[in-house]
Amino acid sequence: MADIVIIGAGPAGISAAEVLCAKGLRPVLIDEGAQAGGQGYRRPADDLALDMNRLMGSEAGKYTALHRRFEMLRPKIDYRPRTLVWAIDGSQLHLLRDGQAQTLDFDKLLIASGAMDRVAPLTGWTLPGVFTLGGAQVALKDQGCLIGSRVAFLGSSPLLALAAKQYRDMGAEIAVIADTTPLAAKVAALPALLRAPRTLRRGIWYMAASLRAGTPMLHGVTPVAVEGENRVEALVLRDKRGREHRFACDAVALGYGLKPETQLADLARAEFAYDPGFRLHLPKIDGLGRARPGLYLAGDGVRIGGADAAEASGALAAHAILSDLSHPQDIEVVRRLARRVKRLRNFQRGLARAFAWPTAQIAALSDSVTLCRCENVTVGAVRAEMCREFGPIEVNRVKAMTRCGMGRCQGRVCGPALQEIVAAEAGQDGALAGRLRGQAPIKPIALAAAGYPT
Amino acid sequence: MSDRTSDVAIIGGGLIGAWTAFFLARRGQRVTLLEKGVVGAQSSGVNFGNLRLQGRFPGQYPLSLRSQALWEDFDALIGEDCEFEQAGHLYLAYDAEEHAKLEGYAEVSESYGLRIERLGPADLKRRWPWLGECAVAATFSARDATANPRLATPAIMRAAARQGAIVRENTCVRGVERRGDGFVLSLADGATLSCGALVNSAGAWALEIAERFGESAPVFPAGPPQFVTEPFPYMIEPSVQAIDGSVIFRQIPRGNIILAGYPRTAADPVANRAPVPPAKTLAAMRALARVAPMLAHCHVIRVWSGIEAYLPDMIPVIGPSETTPGLFHAFGFCGHGFQIGPGVGLCLSEMIIDGATPTPLDPFSIGRFRQSATVSEKFRKEFD
Amino acid sequence: MDAPKAQFRRVAIRAGQPATLSFEGTVIRATIGDSVLAALLESGALIRRLEFGAEPRAGFCLMGACQDCWVWSAEDGRLRACTTPVADGMTLFADPQPMAGGHG
Repeated sequence: MADIVIIGAGPAGISAAEVLCAKGLRPVLIDEGAQAGGQGYRRPADDLALDMNRLMGSEAGKYTALHRRFEMLRPKIDYRPRTLVWAIDGSQLHLLRDGQAQTLDFDKLLIASGAMDRVAPLTGWTLPGVFTLGGAQVALKDQGCLIGSRVAFLGSSPLLALAAKQYRDMGAEIAVIADTTPLAAKVAALPALLRAPRTLRRGIWYMAASLRAGTPMLHGVTPVAVEGENRVEALVLRDKRGREHRFACDAVALGYGLKPETQLADLARAEFAYDPGFRLHLPKIDGLGRARPGLYLAGDGVRIGGADAAEASGALAAHAILSDLSHPQDIEVVRRLARRVKRLRNFQRGLARAFAWPTAQIAALSDSVTLCRCENVTVGAVRAEMCREFGPIEVNRVKAMTRCGMGRCQGRVCGPALQEIVAAEAGQDGALAGRLRGQAPIKPIALAAAGYPT
Repeated sequence: MSDRTSDVAIIGGGLIGAWTAFFLARRGQRVTLLEKGVVGAQSSGVNFGNLRLQGRFPGQYPLSLRSQALWEDFDALIGEDCEFEQAGHLYLAYDAEEHAKLEGYAEVSESYGLRIERLGPADLKRRWPWLGECAVAATFSARDATANPRLATPAIMRAAARQGAIVRENTCVRGVERRGDGFVLSLADGATLSCGALVNSAGAWALEIAERFGESAPVFPAGPPQFVTEPFPYMIEPSVQAIDGSVIFRQIPRGNIILAGYPRTAADPVANRAPVPPAKTLAAMRALARVAPMLAHCHVIRVWSGIEAYLPDMIPVIGPSETTPGLFHAFGFCGHGFQIGPGVGLCLSEMIIDGATPTPLDPFSIGRFRQSATVSEKFRKEFD
Repeated sequence: MDAPKAQFRRVAIRAGQPATLSFEGTVIRATIGDSVLAALLESGALIRRLEFGAEPRAGFCLMGACQDCWVWSAEDGRLRACTTPVADGMTLFADPQPMAGGHG
């Protein structure tokens, strides 16, 4: 029997495992987290007195169902939580579990590695108290904590209003919800959004809820700075008329949509292509999620589509695996899944247009802004290096010269902004700015993990 | 001669090409350097950055010492900083056999005037308390140094350009022909370039050019597994090497520990891929934890390798062509070209301008491969 | 009015065994199940200092991606605070400390 390994126990990985189990296969499901569910449907510990139904709102049913499905699935699979895949070498995975390195061979590999927030830097964003928008939700769901008592939400995403509503319901004061995209741009994108009316209604409802509650909600802002001595004290913004506003707060949640975590796909030698809509380099896949023979990619880890698309794309990739293993397939089921994935991902593409990644604002960042949090590299240092003779005009060379993106996170956080700075400085398209190449280990590993010599 | 567009053309914009261009331009030669990609991108930019003097091939010491003097003078010569750190090199032996080998290396080094300190376990513990306790002996050379290879080549190239060298990046050379006592190069953009002398410093791609003039060398591409750790409080000053080659490491003042090790892995210059098998990373992690146990909880954050050109006798080709006057080769640096880079550039400039260099380079002649090549012991040990 | 001392504010009680840890010599009370990061930020606003410039940091992504919340444990060396659960008796520091003993 073929060894099938799925990386990531979020909605995509769980759905894929279900499809495979239904055909009598027993996949290995590896997950870095202690609890299945991924980031979006993260499951709080049983001992946390958190009303998930209230927190998840209209998504509560799906959230509960996913965890119930996983409990049914668990005895039928080889589930390995708390396990990091740190490298991929041909058809062998290198794992880290309980601090020790191990290997695992595979015939078919499905990577459903999920996404993280895409973030635009601003002055003061390294201060304690500034977190990602996704992080703000994780703090609540995973730890029952708010990131602060008076929180500002900044970025370009419908999730700003959603998270702010959750925070307000749990007792936080909301200092401001500030979106860098002008309202008119969102309205202009409405036709694309109408393809998924339910999601749209939710978004509008959250916005309305914010306004009813008297929370300042600004569209088309230009972030100026997070201020504070050793921790967040205020968020300063310019409104669309150019007037500066200072919002006192003790925490800031930053979110400009999501970006796929593609490091493992890179190590598994997927090919990448630039996606001008998302302005990201993404792995190439066929209609079912095949990246190359034996390698399948699903969920937000390959294309941002949200939890529903992740579930459908996970199931779809599992069908591709079955098909490649010559299992008979119900063509109609596969077609239906493919249509669903396509529709949901197109909707997210529309959202990405409506809630735009603020390329012009990033290109205009002042030289003093920290770009790389890990290596403490400023925007100005990157620009200065690029201006020199034989200076770099591509992100990997910029990294080599300035150390931007060279630190512990390998450019996960600064990469998208770096790409914009490089593109703007070189006066070229984001595609030509290049893609930061992934390298093992995808997350830091201690020397001790290799074991001591005897 | 006046219709020639350059006195010298250099193919390959790595470290060797850059130093050669610099020294030629400094003496008034009209130099054009052609680089198929960007300067310093291949092995020149991704190597470990060692400016090691201990344990080199004996015939290389005159070149090596001449090079070290140039590195020591880098800032004045080039006008930029390349993170040059002269913190010495510590060579460790773990058994009697290795100790004997270390002693052999030390005697060779000393015969060329290098000062070598011999250290026993007690000295090691006192001077470098972070060392593990299993080394039986060590030698230390204070003149050895390190630099940042990513910064060095572009800096030297800028200095060469300031001296008047023309440096063309993203310029592929499609054809090289003999014309009279010089050469004509046809470039990918359709342009041609004529020159009196030609330097072949094209690294892993140099063989193609040599073969056009009836010469060959069994050069092949490979890369060492390398990694870097997170920043850790700075305490390891010298670069450190276990003589068995399992680990060579240094800590930069920012705190990161940079490691290279053997065995090397075959690379693919066409696909531009130099893989780092994770099993080799794990072996190097174990080896580093053995030499410096206090690093056991330090994290590896990134591995990398780079394509380097190797020859089976583990010494480079440096010097004039034996078939074609005016053609000079400098390639196949076998993973130790960084230290000797400036000397190679200086010697080539002397050969081209003066017709000879005072530095003995006979062992590096390309003609040695007309006979069956000797395979060095190093070669057997450092590859798998 | 002074800003509140803590960064995180707990809004859901955790019903678990108590755990006592120390960070930079200060005693911190937490509950088994808490992440190290949550425990530290419920009692302050600092996780570590950046190696290059010593500015304070307190994590960022909270999901194991940004690598900005590594602390030092006397027992186990580096810990990523956002993905490590607390254990009773943990002794934590903002910067690496010399380890007792070693392997040779």
